[in-house]
Formats: sequence, C-alpha cells, structure tokens
Amino acid sequence: MARYVSIAFPHLLTDYVARRHPEFRASPFVLASRRHGRMVIDAVSKKAAQKGIHTGMVLADCKALFPKLEVMETEAGRAEKLLQALAEWAIRYTPFAAVDLPDGLVLNSSGCTHLWGGEAAYLEHISTKLGSYGYTVQIAIADTVATAWAVARFGSHRAIVNPGQQRQVLKSLPAAALRLDVTILARLKKLGMQQIGSFIDMPPSVLRRRFGQELPKRISQALGREIELMVPVKPVEPYQERLSSMEPIASNTGITIALKKLLDTLCNRFESEGIGLRQCIFRAYRVDGALQQISIGTGHPSRNVNHLFRLFEHKIATLEPALGFELFVLEAPKVEKMTREQAALWDAASQNDRKVAELLDRVAAKVNPSNISRYLPVEHHWPERSMKRATPIWEKPATGWRSDLPRPVHLLPLPEAIEVTALLPDYPPMLFLYKRQRYTVVKADGPERIEQEWWLSDGLYRDYYTVEDENGARYWMFRSGPYDGERPKWFLHGFFA
Amino acid sequence: MIPSAEKIEIVRQLQAKIDAMQGLGKPLREPAHGDLAPFTAAFPGQVFPTGAIHEFISYEVTNAAATRGFITALTGRLMRKGGLCLWISRNRDIYPSGLRNFGLEPDRIVFINAAHPKDALWILEEALKCEALTAVISEIRELSFTDSRRLQLAVENSGVTGFIHRLCPRAENALACTTRWKITTLPSVSVDNLPGVGFSAWDVQLLKVRNGRPLSWQVSWSGSSFVPLGEKNNSEPLLNKRYTG
Repeated sequence: MARYVSIAFPHLLTDYVARRHPEFRASPFVLASRRHGRMVIDAVSKKAAQKGIHTGMVLADCKALFPKLEVMETEAGRAEKLLQALAEWAIRYTPFAAVDLPDGLVLNSSGCTHLWGGEAAYLEHISTKLGSYGYTVQIAIADTVATAWAVARFGSHRAIVNPGQQRQVLKSLPAAALRLDVTILARLKKLGMQQIGSFIDMPPSVLRRRFGQELPKRISQALGREIELMVPVKPVEPYQERLSSMEPIASNTGITIALKKLLDTLCNRFESEGIGLRQCIFRAYRVDGALQQISIGTGHPSRNVNHLFRLFEHKIATLEPALGFELFVLEAPKVEKMTREQAALWDAASQNDRKVAELLDRVAAKVNPSNISRYLPVEHHWPERSMKRATPIWEKPATGWRSDLPRPVHLLPLPEAIEVTALLPDYPPMLFLYKRQRYTVVKADGPERIEQEWWLSDGLYRDYYTVEDENGARYWMFRSGPYDGERPKWFLHGFFA
Repeated sequence: MIPSAEKIEIVRQLQAKIDAMQGLGKPLREPAHGDLAPFTAAFPGQVFPTGAIHEFISYEVTNAAATRGFITALTGRLMRKGGLCLWISRNRDIYPSGLRNFGLEPDRIVFINAAHPKDALWILEEALKCEALTAVISEIRELSFTDSRRLQLAVENSGVTGFIHRLCPRAENALACTTRWKITTLPSVSVDNLPGVGFSAWDVQLLKVRNGRPLSWQVSWSGSSFVPLGEKNNSEPLLNKRYTG
C-alpha cells in the first residue's frame, strides 16, 4: 500500500528570509511586489499573520494599520527554487520526493517509515528537522496525495490518516481542502455545501452535471480511486540501497562499514538477477544538509564485493564528514547482464580474465580510464590512423596487423622538422640535422609513398625513408610533398628498434 | 669417483630450490622459452628467468627504441602460448604497429599512461601481483632499492615477469632486480649484401645477473628469432616480405 506525506510550508518565503536575515525574526514583516501600479502582499511572516495580515492585501492599507511593518520585495521564482532544493534535501527520507507547487512537497514514503521507527516518528523527524532550519511546517501522511494534502493544510499537524480512513477524515474538512477552483468553491458555498462531508457521498454523475469534471475527479483522487501522478525531483534509480544511521558518522571506519554493508545488499540483489554493475555512486548526506559523493566504474560488469570495495577504497578519504553523515545511498546507474561467454577475453582461462579486468578497474580508479588503452589495427596506410583504441577494451581485432612494412617502435606524436641534404631530389638523405646535431646517413631504404586519404583530410602526401646513421641508430623520416620549385619540408617521425 | 645419477638429480633439485629462494623465478616452470638462445648461456641452469625482474638502462632515444624492440622480442617469446601483457609508460609514443615485427601481437598489450612516477610505481606493483598477466613492461626513470625489493617480492609470489626500462636515470643505483641489461644499436645486417637497411642489430650487454655470469652478445633480429652476429642466418629470410623502396 502506498503512503504519501504532504508537507505544507505556510510561511515558506518569509521563513527563508528570516533564515537569511536573523534581524527580521523579532518583528512582523511581509514580502510584497508591484502589481497594477500598487504594492500587493505576497507572503506574510508568522508574526504578521497573527496580526491579521494576509496575502493579497494592498501594502498601503497594511501600512496604515501597522506603521511599523517591515517590507521586502519578493524575489521572482524564489519559491520554486526553494521547494526544489527542499525536495532534493528530502531525498534522505525517501527516494521519491516531488515538488508540490505553490507551497509544499510530496514524499512517497512507502516502505521508508519503518527505518525511522514508524510513521509518527518519521513525521516528527521531518518536522523537527525542518523546524530546526527555521521553517514552519504542517505535515500529514495518508494513502493518497490529495488526502495528505488536505489534512496537512486543513487538519491537525502531524496527522496520520490510517489506511482506508480517507473518507471519514475528509468529511469534516472544508471544501477548499480538495484543491478546487475558486468558481466551484463559490458555487458550493452558495448551495450551503461548505464541508466535504455534505457532498462526498453524492453520486459522481450528479456532481459532474452540476460542477463539471473537476469535482468528482478530485474526490476520486482523494479516495484513491484514481491515481495522481507526481514527478520526482530525481528519477528513482532501480538499483539503489540506502542506509541511515541514528548517530552521525564521521569516522572513516564507520563509512567503510556502511559502504560494505550497502555493497553486500546490492551485490546479493545482483546475484539473484544475474547482472553486474558497471557504474556505482556512493552518496553521503551530511548533517548540515550537504551532499557528498564518490563514484567508480568498472570495465566489466562486476558484483564482487571485495573488488568493488577496493575501487572505492582510495576515494573514501575524499569525503569530508565534518560533523558526520546521517544517510548513505549506494546506487548503480549502469548495470549489465553478466553472461558466461563474456568470460573468454584473451583466450586464457576465464579466471585470469576476471583478474585482469579487476586489475584494470583498480588502475582506472587511480589514473583516468582514458589512460588505459588497447590498440586494434585499422585498414589505413596513414601511420597516425593505422590503429584505433579498442572500446570496450577487450574488443577483438577485425583485421590483422601488417608486418610486411617497416614501422618504428617509437612514433613521435607530432613529426619534428629536420634539415636534410640529399644528393638528388627523390634520393634518400645523406645528412640530416635533428635538434642541432648532424647525423650522417649510411644506409637508407625508401621512399614508401603514403597518400593522404582525401576523403578524410587534405594535405600533401608523404615519402617515407628508413635511414641508418653510422652508429646503427635507425630513423623514420619523410618528405612532405613533391619537389616543385620550393624546397619541400622534411620531418622525423620515429625511431626503429 | 663419479657421482651417481641419483645424486646429480638431488643436487639439481637443491640448486633449483636455492635459485627460487634467490628470486630467480619458479623452478618448476616449463622451459617454454628454450628458444631464447643465445642469452640462456648466461643464466643459472641455462634457463631464462621468468617470474623475475629485468632492468634495462638506456640514455639516448635511439637506444631506448632498441631496448623497446629487444624487450618486445623477449616478451613475444614468453607470450607464445597466449597471455596478456601490460605496458606502463609516461607518454603515448609507443607505436603498436611497429611491435608486430618483434613477434608480439600488439592487441595483446594493454597500454597504460601514467604521467606521475608515483602512480606508475603503484600500477607496476599492482600489475606484478596479478598472476593473470604474463609480463609487465614499465618505463620508469627512477627506482629506489626499497621499491625494487617490493617489486621483487611481488613477482616471487605471482610469477609474472617484469621488465623495467629506465630511460636516462640519474644514477645507476643498485636494485634488487635479477638482471641488468644495456642495449645499444649496431649497424643493421643486410642479407646477401643487398643495399639498404637490413635487420635490426643490437649490442646486448648483460651487466649483472644473479648467480650467472655477465656476458655480452651482438645479435640481430631476423624477424622471427635472435641471430648472433658472425653466424650464418639459418632462419628463413623475410626479405621477400619486406618492402625495400
């Protein structure tokens, strides 16, 4: 059975302002904005509300009544931002938290409340926590979003509507608790039906004829006959485990234990579903509201707790617990099926492949994964393009490596310009100058002409020569383009073994 | 008195045990690299030590390339039966296509770039502990004796062969490695006095070897095996396959 918590913030904006500017706390104040040439009140602080000021009043009237009233300009869009941030904060209580404009939040607390020791304790925890931040809240829990909304705003604070009790609870509430349009409310009032109890038992067809589609829809939503869709602030990850702690955890040992426990549960789940994770994020919610996270990736789907823990191990130190973490969430945004045939990678035993894959994961956690590469041959003559990185790293080569052409073992990432003397054009060099040093060529092979692939890029062809100096050092150099009037440029491109 | 065959066998086994204790690799390894002639002559028991660390020093970029070729050829021999090797380097300047000529399939190598020497050392140690690898080649400039001792302990347990290539080290300090080599280039060897650049030739100096005798050789790489210079090349020449301008 689903359970929803509705949190209402009657003084959302003013509480926020008071939080930022403590000097306002003592005196009544309002937020106002300019509309049609006059200042209209948008939000009222608790103290001001007690004096009878309500939203929608004109500021000049209030000023006449209470000359000492403090006024601040309303920040456009602040309420939305604030609710979004509060909803993200509330993810510590449930993975499903949604913004309920204009002044509330909705949490789907199904299966979460027992972690705080029951619904009453859950509501108390949330409301005291928000209260300690300075927010006035009204909170209720019920089977449906609509009932929770109604009870939070028009019922008693921290109300718990027991499963299936929506009808009884709603009967005593005013019609406005159903989130109805002003015109419908006015018509209901005119007919003397001020409380929900006076019309909730009427047949829907009658209500529809008199009041339109909205009223019966709201009633069936409140009673749970119709599903109300909410959009969570963060999509709920299917593979997620959470662990909350009674006392804030600040020590590395504590974090380690929490991480191991979460990994254990998650990997057990993977075991039963035959999958392994490729990516994993460990989030830690700090007492002061900050969120910290570390993440790892694996090259291979894995559900080996020890291995995954070793990947996380180095990063635990980067978490800053300060006063301590109160909730840990481990989620796997990327999972993959673990298949048996995937095992044979490098035609060695599968046991070995797993060990290598785990080693590479550990290395990837240390240096950037982009620094680990395996190369496969590609059918291009142009030296820089003759190979590609294998993605994924165990990809099988599609073609064979060529070995009939001389290729250096050391290829300069960028060819370096050299000065060359050749006996005749098109002859291999006799001498060359590289880094201000002169080398005499004793033996030479070439040219091997490699054309630019015009469909990939423009440029001159290269005539490659393999040359050897008197010490036996072997070089790979090329002349860029033909001899036509200008002296062509020569480059050193590699060293042979 | 001529010792009996039984005694010879006992002595041989004891020698193997001593070698293992001294970090010369595992004694009961199959001699899969018998074709590492001519270098085996320098080693105890005429066996090239696997599961040990070999240190190479070079100072110039050309000699470094020669050293790379030599290490690749050795690794290629060790990986004849399959396996995987790791190549840890500082820059991305190794050209995998060129390694194919030294008998090592470039797609059997995983290249790791570690810009920071500390990271490189950590990766090297982790890799040497991983029995699933056949060989680990690492290009590190400086290595302290303590670090080399740890690496040696890692390979003694795992049986991985480590090649450490030190380019321009500040000092040739003593390390706990089994061997120390220096490879320099030699003028290439042409077959049948053909013009042009022939097979790569190297001056291989084994400066230090534990329990063996340091030697030096002048060899060329014929495309499939080492051929000592001055001997006739008996292996099938690959010249017809080579491109000569």
